[in-house]
Amino acid sequence: MATVNNKKKKQELTVEQRINRRNFISFTTFFVVGGAMFGGWKWLFNAPEEAEGITAGARKPLRRALNKTELFFRRIFSNDHEVKLYPPSMAAKEVRVNGDIGIDDEDYNPDSWQLSVVKNKKETLQLSLADLKKLPKTDIVFDFKCVEGWDQIQHWGGVKFTDFIAHFGLQQQARMKYVGMETPNSEYYIGLDMESALHPQTLLAYEMNGQPLELEHGAPLRLIIPVKYGIKNLKRIGAISFSNERPPDYWAEQGYDYYSGL
Amino acid sequence: MKEIKEKHSLLMRWTHWINFPVLAIMIWSGMLIYWANDVYTITIFGHTLLRFFPDWFYQLFNIPQRLAEGMAFHFLFMWLFMLNGFFYVLYTIFSGEWRELMPNRRSFKEAWLVLLHDLHLRKTMPPQGKYNAAQRVAYTAIIFMGIGSVLTGLAIYKPVQLYWLCWLCGGYHIARILHFILTVGYVFFFLIHIVQVILAGWNNFRSVVSGFEVVNKQDPTI
Repeated sequence: MATVNNKKKKQELTVEQRINRRNFISFTTFFVVGGAMFGGWKWLFNAPEEAEGITAGARKPLRRALNKTELFFRRIFSNDHEVKLYPPSMAAKEVRVNGDIGIDDEDYNPDSWQLSVVKNKKETLQLSLADLKKLPKTDIVFDFKCVEGWDQIQHWGGVKFTDFIAHFGLQQQARMKYVGMETPNSEYYIGLDMESALHPQTLLAYEMNGQPLELEHGAPLRLIIPVKYGIKNLKRIGAISFSNERPPDYWAEQGYDYYSGL
Repeated sequence: MKEIKEKHSLLMRWTHWINFPVLAIMIWSGMLIYWANDVYTITIFGHTLLRFFPDWFYQLFNIPQRLAEGMAFHFLFMWLFMLNGFFYVLYTIFSGEWRELMPNRRSFKEAWLVLLHDLHLRKTMPPQGKYNAAQRVAYTAIIFMGIGSVLTGLAIYKPVQLYWLCWLCGGYHIARILHFILTVGYVFFFLIHIVQVILAGWNNFRSVVSGFEVVNKQDPTI
């Protein structure tokens, strides 16, 4: 009897204490965890920039996260996933020009243009536009997407990259992991993972709205790759190369995601 | 006599307080991204009432020229936002707590009465459970908004690989607008939420940290 009474008394006494006790535990946890989260945020926000290499300009942990996220989303990449197509009548007549990095030489003469395809250290193909135009022409009307957030329905025509690979006997090179492209003056350069480059909608384009490309749009030959943001759609391709390491990429050196895939 | 009345589960409290900073970072990094193509306005009959965002706003939060940084943060914290939301939704479904949370047949009508009551236009409020009708509507809506943000976000993040999702969201262009509108929605939700929490008082606030409320109850044995 006595013990039961005691227990009862204890319980009655502890209502207030239990409130205080639980408040103490909860709020201590709340502030400790909250402080830790704030500390974690400060750590991330003040994290040092990555060492300058193929990628640069991002906080170290955030670059790691971008690269890991790339691996995740590459799992859902498929050649069967194609960008939506539109009728040519919906294509913009005034096609947006967003930059002239790498194509702003005032004395540039497009007639002297040649495409260098670096097969390996010893062998480089030199191709003219006429060489490329012998291949079947493919047209694409799709919603072009800029990393800035704008989009525009545009109409491009040219050689499918897969046709290009097959026709010029680059199957060996296409087994490597990356494709690199750069402007003739080497001031703008991009790297592509091979699967994106070999996507059936990737074009080496020499026409826009059925007309020869204008200089500001990348004449004589530019890349149109709908599975990437505009930053990878290099204008005025001077050289194409292949490698198993990530080729240099202009915007990946400015803190952007290397993959930049859509 | 004071009594402890259990109110919020541990998981609900953790996910709530994790979501708060994570969503704040998502909104902030989202603004760093939005700045690069800040074309949205509220325009009626050719009059632009509001531009997202005015210059003073950009300067105040130091937003310009930080697109790459914004994307890097956004694409890390999206994982936390999704995982946290996923755990909350899963828990709410399997614990049965959704029954106290989802609006029922009466909720939409009663939510209106609650609103009138809160605006001091009506003296009484219909009897309510753990959440009143307005809360049921609001707290369920915010979860669907969160799901909407994830879906529209994925649609503009991978519009080619997830082309069917992009199509479901009305296409790339519309999906980006919806993603933005939902974010404006969170800001409004937050403002009203804060005012309501302050008005509801300490006992209510504490229950979202400690899980219980203190109620006064007559001792039936006396």
